[in-house]
Amino acid sequence: MIAEIGLAALWLAAALAVLQMVSGVMALRVPEGEAAPLAIYTRPAAILQAFLAVLSFALLLYAFAITDLSIKLVASNSHSMKPLIYKVTGTWGNHEGSMLLWVGVLAASGGLLAAFEKRLPERTMGATLAVQGFVALGFYAFLLLSSNPFERLPVPADEGTGLNPLLQDIGLAFHPPTLYAGYVGLSVAFSLAMGALLTREVNPSFARVMRPWVLGAWVLLTLGITAGSFWAYYELGWGGWWFWDPVENASLMPWLAATALMHSVSVLAARDALRTWTIMLGVLAFSMSMLGTFLVRSGVLTSVHAFAVDPERGSFILALLGLYIGGAFTIFALRAGAVAEGKRFAAASREGALVFNNLMLSAILAIVLLGTLYPLLTEAFDVRVSVGPPYFNPASAIFAIPMLLVMAVGPLLRWRADRPARIQFEILLIAAVVIGAIALVSFFGSYPLLPLLGLGLAPALAVAAVLPLRGRNLRRVPVATWGMVLAHFGVAVSLFGMACEGAFTEERLAAVAPGGTEQVGDFAVTLEGVAPVAGPNWTAIEARLAVRQDGGKPVILTPQARSFWSPPQATSESALLTKWNGQLYAVIGNRAEDGRWQLRLWWKPFVTCIWYGGILIALGGVLAIAGRLRVDIKRRRAAVRGAGRRADLEALQPLPVPAE
Amino acid sequence: MKNRFLLWVPLALFAFFAGLAAYMLTQEKDQFVASTMIGQPLPDFALDPAFAGLPGAAKADFLGGQPRLLNVWASWCLPCIAEAPQLEALKAQGVEIIGIAIRDRPEDVANFLGRYGNPYSRIGSDRISEVQLAIGSSGVPETFVIDAKGVIRYQHIGDIRADDVPVLLAELEKAK
Repeated sequence: MIAEIGLAALWLAAALAVLQMVSGVMALRVPEGEAAPLAIYTRPAAILQAFLAVLSFALLLYAFAITDLSIKLVASNSHSMKPLIYKVTGTWGNHEGSMLLWVGVLAASGGLLAAFEKRLPERTMGATLAVQGFVALGFYAFLLLSSNPFERLPVPADEGTGLNPLLQDIGLAFHPPTLYAGYVGLSVAFSLAMGALLTREVNPSFARVMRPWVLGAWVLLTLGITAGSFWAYYELGWGGWWFWDPVENASLMPWLAATALMHSVSVLAARDALRTWTIMLGVLAFSMSMLGTFLVRSGVLTSVHAFAVDPERGSFILALLGLYIGGAFTIFALRAGAVAEGKRFAAASREGALVFNNLMLSAILAIVLLGTLYPLLTEAFDVRVSVGPPYFNPASAIFAIPMLLVMAVGPLLRWRADRPARIQFEILLIAAVVIGAIALVSFFGSYPLLPLLGLGLAPALAVAAVLPLRGRNLRRVPVATWGMVLAHFGVAVSLFGMACEGAFTEERLAAVAPGGTEQVGDFAVTLEGVAPVAGPNWTAIEARLAVRQDGGKPVILTPQARSFWSPPQATSESALLTKWNGQLYAVIGNRAEDGRWQLRLWWKPFVTCIWYGGILIALGGVLAIAGRLRVDIKRRRAAVRGAGRRADLEALQPLPVPAE
Repeated sequence: MKNRFLLWVPLALFAFFAGLAAYMLTQEKDQFVASTMIGQPLPDFALDPAFAGLPGAAKADFLGGQPRLLNVWASWCLPCIAEAPQLEALKAQGVEIIGIAIRDRPEDVANFLGRYGNPYSRIGSDRISEVQLAIGSSGVPETFVIDAKGVIRYQHIGDIRADDVPVLLAELEKAK
């Protein structure tokens, strides 16, 4: 029954998406001021659809939790012996389930928008919800026609075939939902941008409605990428934290577009400038998240992640992509010329700095996009290439370094127009820190150019991040400004981690006999023994490593090489020793014929800063949302109070004496 | 931004991408990397012996006489164990097999040959995959048919199974 109810809820939700779309379009066709016949249905349709889609997903969760093996998806992706937490998270560890999660979050955010957002003109809201319904409809069709998650088996299976063991990890269990929620948040920004474009309402009040969605999506994407990078670092056992793999790029590109959009929507909200550009970025950000879905699932690109690869699904997503993104860019090309130009500003102004950074972010996005798609292009001519760090690192750095420098100075500039001479002290201070740090590092050793530049920029950015607070009463600084300070400081922390990892990492690859000792950094690592261990659905060999720093007390590390038996697959579980100034990273490999074991050891100074920085950036975003919401709630309360007072005053007026 | 022409640029770029992606989706995906060196002469190389028991391998060893097999392998490679009996079968048919051991150590090579048999007349040691890459091989094991003029005629990717043996014999015949 569960599966049938879930499927019925999905069909009903799809029908409501049609109603939402049609009624929204009808509202758009009626001239302004007149009542549209179906307009009253738009909001309730969105809310009910949200309820049904979430219900459908909840039922699938339940089916996974009780391991209902009569459902094909459960039988082929789960196993009765799996720990409960991974049974539940297995719901979205496969193609169908993750698409249902996608649609559930999409419908839920549409419902939230319909229920609580009252600031926009009703026509714009109708158009926005119509676009939202149109987007949702495509994904309902995708699920119902080609990837039905509730399909029954003719005969229930005796036992499930398990879940990819790489996904049986708590970090990864929550990494995809975070990213999905971020992608879907961008879909709301997309719908709002299209709604505003269709009704020619691209103005600051529209930007204020859009801003929390963009910020929220951006925070989730930041967290998702940070978690994904950390997962790859400790689970895949290669010791790297970013590989420029197509799937990683697929999550980075929407983040870059969302970062640009977040800044440009702030300019639009505060200064009524950058109207067309904001709309363009709104479409672009969502395009990038759709493109990511396409690249990951269609298998047109070969990737270490390659999962759920299916050309037929690829064609479906490509068709959706063509419909939404092609349609959006067509409307953009036709309509954007009619959007009135926003306010003008001087080059040396805060808007000017933000525009510069927007351009740099877009350039980095173009670099990443080109590098990701280039193999696709050359393969069309039967040439195989693989694009990796030697291209991405320098090419993106060319634009990232000027961007970071302007990021340091931009928040110090005034809106509209400013004289650089006014902030010459700050500029000189930042320049002095950059040059000082580079000189200091070069004095102690010679390092590659990019890490060296990073080591120079990071402290300067940290100083520059707090400079906007100089000379201000800290108690009166708005919460949103604290958010910006924190996020920019997080960029400095993260950059510091990346630069240290690049410059100071020490690697040791050795075959060690039990009892033998290897030295890496300040650490002496002794292989005390290797023993088999067993988990719920895996067996492993586990090395016992005693780590001594400068002859101090030993710390025991236990890296494992695990073998899962359903399905059979081997993974390596790295062991990490975290110190305040870095991490020791240990992986055990194969046993050689002479009884020695392969050990890979890395000492990575300050590598954890990369992810702490990511968390700080996301926290900055959270503060910005909180600050904006607080101001918004205050405004609403004041408006209600004002309206109440006016009503009271009117009630006190003496009744007019009727004329005789 | 007010330039009308500029507003169409995103759509044009997107259309290009969509067309390319649609074309690529319809293409068969080939998982093997075929060598572009087929039909070309072997590059010049001279490798040291991989272990004390056999001489090393150089381009000159392929010239004159009958066509030969060039087998790219390694003692650390599991499929190489699987193909060892087939190489023995080829040797029994009178085929000369010259090996190139990739990133290997003399004691490991000797161990491997002691355990799984030695079908080779010579084995060169390619410690940094230099020759392997030069002949367009992307993995181990791979086997190449080289004719008496030193030209690469045929490439077999992966381990040699029992039904690949007649194919290789036919290719050797063709290369005469």
